[in-house]
Amino acid sequence: MIAVANTAIDPDALRTKLFDPAAGAYCSFEGWVRNLNEGREVQRLEYEVYTPLAIAEGEKILTEAGEKYPHLRAHCVHREGLLEIGDCAVWVGVASPHRDEAFMACRYIIDEVKVRLPIWKKEHYVDGDSGWVNCERCSQS
Amino acid sequence: MKSLTVKYFAMFRENAGIGEETLSIHAETAADVFAATRHRHGSDEPLGHCKVAINDVMAAWDSPVKDGDSILLFPPVAGG
Repeated sequence: MIAVANTAIDPDALRTKLFDPAAGAYCSFEGWVRNLNEGREVQRLEYEVYTPLAIAEGEKILTEAGEKYPHLRAHCVHREGLLEIGDCAVWVGVASPHRDEAFMACRYIIDEVKVRLPIWKKEHYVDGDSGWVNCERCSQS
Repeated sequence: MKSLTVKYFAMFRENAGIGEETLSIHAETAADVFAATRHRHGSDEPLGHCKVAINDVMAAWDSPVKDGDSILLFPPVAGG
């Protein structure tokens, strides 16, 4: 399942949705809003999401992860709107029979989410300026 | 000439000053639409850094466009 949320992400509540008697490993990733980017002090972030395609592309990513790592259960939630420093911007959780697959699947999902979902991030700086952020991997491709 | 609805997102929307518009333009591919609307979205980014969707389906830049299509122009994404 993938979702776009306009309120705070609750990792504990999401984690319980992955409980599975066949799973011996759980792995999660949380992306947090930090106060510094490329030397500039960040006050808050604003995420714009084109939800219809973010959901469709996100479901593809989760399906791909399930094909690469069998018996995987995986969820991902991404925030939209205004976020403050320390807020959870994205959460990925996976459960699988073994830890290797759990680590790799979690990494695969967050890496693909960052470069494929139609989501844009605008940083609002302490000095009052603001600017859109480019994805590192996309800019290098 | 084709009648196309062009939708702009994030930085592109702010540059264009509008979220979408219907245009009559000469365009065979999604890349042609990007080039024809450069004065709107204002992007100097290489196409490979941006993404496009046609009628709400992710597409390649060389995908053909037809009369009545909605072309969604996405600046470089930055989720996470």
